[in-house]
Amino acid sequence: MTLLEKTMAAAALPPALLENIWLVPALPLASWVVITFFNRRLGERAAHVGTAAVLGSLVLAVAAFVGLLRIGHPVSSGGHWLTLGPVELRMGFTVDSLGAVMLLVVSIVSAAVHVYSVGYMHGDRRYQRYFGTLSLFTSAMLALVLADNFLLLLISWEVMGLCSYLLIGHWFEQAWPRMASMKAFMTTRVGDVAMMIGIWLLFTQTGTFNIADITRSAAEGHLGPAVITIAAVLLFAGAVGKSAQFPLHVWLPDAMAGPTPVSALIHAATMVAAGVYLVARSYGIFMHSAEAMLTVAVIGGFTALFAATIATVMTDFKKVLAYSTVSQLGYMMLGLGVGGFVAGVFHLVTHAFFKALLFLTSGSVSHAVGTFEIHEMGGLARKMKVTFWTFLAGAAALAGIPPLAGFWSKDEILLAVFGSGYHVLFWMAVATAFLTAYYMTRLTCLVFLGRPRDRHRYEHAHESPLSMTGPLVVLGALAVVAGLPGSAWMGHWLGHFLDFGHTLPGLSAAGHDAAAHAAHGAAGHGAAALVMPIAIGSAVLGILVGYAVYGLRLVRRESLIRAFRPIYTLFKNKYYVDELYQVVFVRPSVRLAEMCGIFDNRVIDGLVNGVGAVTVETSAAAGEFDNIVIDGAVNGLADGTVAAGRQLRRAHTGQVQSYMVALYAGAAVSLLALLWFLL
Amino acid sequence: MIDLHHAIVLGVLLFAVGLYGALRTTNAVRILMCIELMLNAVNLNFVSFARLAAVSGTAQAAVPGQVFAIFVMTVAAAEVAVGLAIILQIVRQRGVVHIDRINLLKG
Repeated sequence: MTLLEKTMAAAALPPALLENIWLVPALPLASWVVITFFNRRLGERAAHVGTAAVLGSLVLAVAAFVGLLRIGHPVSSGGHWLTLGPVELRMGFTVDSLGAVMLLVVSIVSAAVHVYSVGYMHGDRRYQRYFGTLSLFTSAMLALVLADNFLLLLISWEVMGLCSYLLIGHWFEQAWPRMASMKAFMTTRVGDVAMMIGIWLLFTQTGTFNIADITRSAAEGHLGPAVITIAAVLLFAGAVGKSAQFPLHVWLPDAMAGPTPVSALIHAATMVAAGVYLVARSYGIFMHSAEAMLTVAVIGGFTALFAATIATVMTDFKKVLAYSTVSQLGYMMLGLGVGGFVAGVFHLVTHAFFKALLFLTSGSVSHAVGTFEIHEMGGLARKMKVTFWTFLAGAAALAGIPPLAGFWSKDEILLAVFGSGYHVLFWMAVATAFLTAYYMTRLTCLVFLGRPRDRHRYEHAHESPLSMTGPLVVLGALAVVAGLPGSAWMGHWLGHFLDFGHTLPGLSAAGHDAAAHAAHGAAGHGAAALVMPIAIGSAVLGILVGYAVYGLRLVRRESLIRAFRPIYTLFKNKYYVDELYQVVFVRPSVRLAEMCGIFDNRVIDGLVNGVGAVTVETSAAAGEFDNIVIDGAVNGLADGTVAAGRQLRRAHTGQVQSYMVALYAGAAVSLLALLWFLL
Repeated sequence: MIDLHHAIVLGVLLFAVGLYGALRTTNAVRILMCIELMLNAVNLNFVSFARLAAVSGTAQAAVPGQVFAIFVMTVAAAEVAVGLAIILQIVRQRGVVHIDRINLLKG
């Protein structure tokens, strides 16, 4: 084979792969099937199957990404699925720039979490089930980002919800994970129903589920403004549920009951970002409705600040990170809502890496000290060097320290919000950035710095094994560099890439990313020059305040709590949202269920029991008849036969001579009869 | 002069004695002997009628009756041999010779 032929063969590979992109989600799906069916036989080797499948998906995802770069246009594949009356449903996958970026993020984080789980879950009672569900989840998430229609997207969406439910309730022997899994499932269901109605509305209006077709008809003005607004808000309701936005955010902090790698993969990096992805994917619908966009921005901005305030008082390592996740997802929504498509997606990517990293470090810490309670930690930096430094990279990235990943994406969002002209939202975002830096500093100080508060736990602390620190290092490196592709240093390459894939037909025509473009253009340099110092300033201020309180202890924590008692209580109780839902939704539901139960017990059971009693009486009568008449006849016949047999039995003495007598008597009678008749 | 009637009457008497003995006695050996009596009564009839056939017709006509008689004797000899052997075994095994007490197969 000559070099030329080799080059040509290599060039032919990407289109072939892009047209068979179903392979990427198919690998983890196959792994799920294998693990489910060979559960017992595989034992702990199930982890190898799952990890190998995800690594295979990662390789394919990288190849697809490179292939897409080379080809330069989205590739669709798929075909006819089924015909319902006049409607033909098609199923298919599309690889465009948004999908390809998500593909990379999902497969990288998933691979890291798989490797990490090998060590973290070692010896677990349901080890195989854990890895099987993790594989199924990965497959669904990969299918979601590749789906070219809302139907496949919805299916993947629901499969992920199921996996989330199963994995939150992984340790279902305890009440807490069991309740949390139910809460997560039911809360997201509220959003999912609205989302299904939205998809149905779009289908009835356009006759198709294909996202590109719907986007096109929205751009061409075939849909009325009211329809677009209603459909967009309904879709957003689904995203609110999945991405844990206010008012459906309550499930995500409780979801921390699941294993920590699951929190990292599903409840920080990928599944909860699916809501943000949904908004990004259907951006061509949202952007035609100013009301829908404003809804997204306001909900996102409010959630960002709301969750950040709660995160400042939580004392559970994972709970702090969980509220931080809610807050950052709000940030992404805010970015998307004000027209910063690239900013929102960019933050989604960088957040996936550093938040997965932060959760994995929290798992590593709890592995060492056996608790998530940060007031029982302290000084762990000396014992766990790798965990500490990777955590520090993640925390700094989240706080927005340049030039780490979070800085660039957060800056883009702030720029987009600033450019949109909503000053309230902008200052809320700045306050969130301040609080984010503050609570991450608080977490760092309480966990890793200072003197150990629990001597016993500290003595037993040790660094985690290589299978856990390895993924930490990889994600730590990504937390440092993942922001560069979208940064000014690389000429906003990510923004151009997302644009070049023509992710959004009609978007470029409408002047896509008006805010970002304005900011990057000649007129926008002033804005950028103003926003960047504010962003860095709020982050640095947050770190300084946090370090002053928790690092240097300039102010005693107790006196601070006393000074802000009402606010502290409000934050500590998470604004009483759970209690409100308890009173408004849960208790009436339970009451209604109890009333239905009473109705069931009294009326329905009464009817059923009545019918039963009548049947029993009838059967008793029929039984009497059967016993006396039918059995009498049968037994009488049998008794008669026995009596006859007893009489006949006497003839059979067993004595040869008596037979002989009968024989000769018979012969004599025959002879006499013969003589009588003949003569 | 002894003629056919005497032979037939003797045969009937012999047969009746044999039949009576076979039905009345319970000793297996006696029953066997009585059966022999009955067989020989029949043989007497065979040869008597063979003689009658030879006197009234050709000498050839006497052959079937005489052959039958010889057959019956042969079979009787075999029967006695087998029957005595069986009885001997029963006596050895069970110490009983009365057939009314040999009722193993009676249910």
